[in-house]
Amino acid sequence: MLLTAARRVGRALLVVLLVTMGAVVLLSLAPGSAASVILGENATPEAIDALNAELGLDRPLWSQYVHWLGDAVTGDLGESPITHQPVLDAIFERLPVTLELAALGLIVALVIAIGLAVLSATWPGSPLDRAIAALSSVFLSVPAFIAGPVLVYLFALQTGWFPVTGWTRISEDLGENLRGVVLPVIAISLTEIASFHRLLRTDLISTLREDFIGAARAKGMSPRYVMTRHALRPSSFSLVTLVGINLGRLIGGTVIVESFFALPGLGQLVIYSITARDIITVQGVVVFIAVVYVVINMIVDLSYGWLDPRVRKAATA
Amino acid sequence: MTSPDVVESATPLPAGSESAATALGPAGATPVATGGMPDVPRVHQPRSILVYLSYAWLIATILLAALADVLPLASYSIPIGRPRQPPSAESLDMLLGTDQQGRSILSRCIYGARVSLLIGTAAGLIGAAVGTLLGMIAGYLGRSTKATISLVTDAMLAFPPLILLLALSAILTPSVKTLMFGLTLLIIPTFIRLAIANTLAWSSREFVTAARNMGAGHGRILIKEILPNLLPPLGAFLPVVMAALIVAEGSLSFLGVGIPPPQPSWGGMISDGKEAIETAPHMVFVPAAAIFLTVFALNQAGDHLRRRFDRTMRD
Repeated sequence: MLLTAARRVGRALLVVLLVTMGAVVLLSLAPGSAASVILGENATPEAIDALNAELGLDRPLWSQYVHWLGDAVTGDLGESPITHQPVLDAIFERLPVTLELAALGLIVALVIAIGLAVLSATWPGSPLDRAIAALSSVFLSVPAFIAGPVLVYLFALQTGWFPVTGWTRISEDLGENLRGVVLPVIAISLTEIASFHRLLRTDLISTLREDFIGAARAKGMSPRYVMTRHALRPSSFSLVTLVGINLGRLIGGTVIVESFFALPGLGQLVIYSITARDIITVQGVVVFIAVVYVVINMIVDLSYGWLDPRVRKAATA
Repeated sequence: MTSPDVVESATPLPAGSESAATALGPAGATPVATGGMPDVPRVHQPRSILVYLSYAWLIATILLAALADVLPLASYSIPIGRPRQPPSAESLDMLLGTDQQGRSILSRCIYGARVSLLIGTAAGLIGAAVGTLLGMIAGYLGRSTKATISLVTDAMLAFPPLILLLALSAILTPSVKTLMFGLTLLIIPTFIRLAIANTLAWSSREFVTAARNMGAGHGRILIKEILPNLLPPLGAFLPVVMAALIVAEGSLSFLGVGIPPPQPSWGGMISDGKEAIETAPHMVFVPAAAIFLTVFALNQAGDHLRRRFDRTMRD
């Protein structure tokens, strides 16, 4: 158990190393030099050379990488040449917004998807199951950039129930904050509902075929009790994995929603940095999100073995 | 299908398990009916009308996109009337209304379909080819080759997809070529993983051993013995990947870093229309419907093909 854990952590470290290399190479891909991109087209060659030297971009790529990595390990991802704010500060300033969106989106999606999956797995193949399957296929085909405008048109402009755009801090007014995130959260959760429902339905149906479910039913337990107490838990392990992966994915995946609803999260930071050609910030955010993704995946991987005793046995066998 | 236990094999099941599953369906919930026979989920879903409609939509879209030049359509870049006109039946070009510059939305939707389908297909095929090749080699050779390739795959999957595409567009200038490059890069790891899993399953089979004993080299075994078996499951995955690629292209164009104007793209049209959504909602709803229907149809087609050709999808 400890050995597999150590192996997984080592592998995650290797992946993180590769990711950072990729991000540094990405920066060097910029045509001309990063300095000319930062300073704009009208910069004098002297100014470009000076900035290149300042950023260390006149050195060979491997030396740049080692230098960058040394800084990054101590939490220094560089400083934005435009706002002169350290990149890591900018990230932590905006992370709460993105985290709130991702977490609420996943919770809403989970609640709805578990309900739908229980309904479909109770009567597999029934008209109800097929109707839910069709609904989930529809959800799967509604990307956030379609859901956003349509939701705003229906529930903000036509009815006025929710604000069109804008962000209120939780500390200022919790109610307003929640009212503002309803539409973005729905836009995020639609595709998640579909993927969670599909997975849990399959797992539930195969669990319901197991002998211990038959035994529970034979004892006269009500179908609802069997479903909630016996079937749901052993069926939810792969769902836990998927939720973990999607949380990592959503931390970078709320860009569209943040840009459309004008929410000051990480995605908006990326969009803003890209329009301003602030490559250092973009690189910092890419590395940050990738590392978070790897770490979440690793935690999920490890907890999976801890949650489900069968996995532990399979690993040692 | 499932591993047959004693009870199941004692009960004669009709050859086409479909009727058995149908008969069991709703009754499966009661303990009496499940006494010995577990309720088996339907393996072959009854042919859904949705699947046929999906194929019809895809064929129609492909035909329209391919024939756009010969169709009696207005140019996608020249205004044909007043801006933001709602859909009307007065002429073919006005059928879906006009956009903020007075250009025909019907024409822009059809030319936009061309871009979306072209990028989805080209990036999908190139990515699938590269990914399958790498995955096949990794799965077949195993050991350090497999370890290295899977490590790089993991690293590629760790990059946040949309952010990676955005970063690429910040560094390189947005163009169809850049977009294709980024999107291809995005789907290669998925196909590597799929190909590794499938190659592992096939390369231990008897006919591969037989071929090796007859003196076939690695290249011959990979191409003649293993590749033909990988094509159905991986090919069946292609529509789903194309749907994801069309969504990714739409997202980038929506954010203004995808297909550069004046070339129309569905995501760009939604982005143009969102400013005027209160007064001219058709500017958003028409391209949104086009993307939704195409993605939905591709997903349906992908599910249908996978049910038929991917053995791992069956119980």
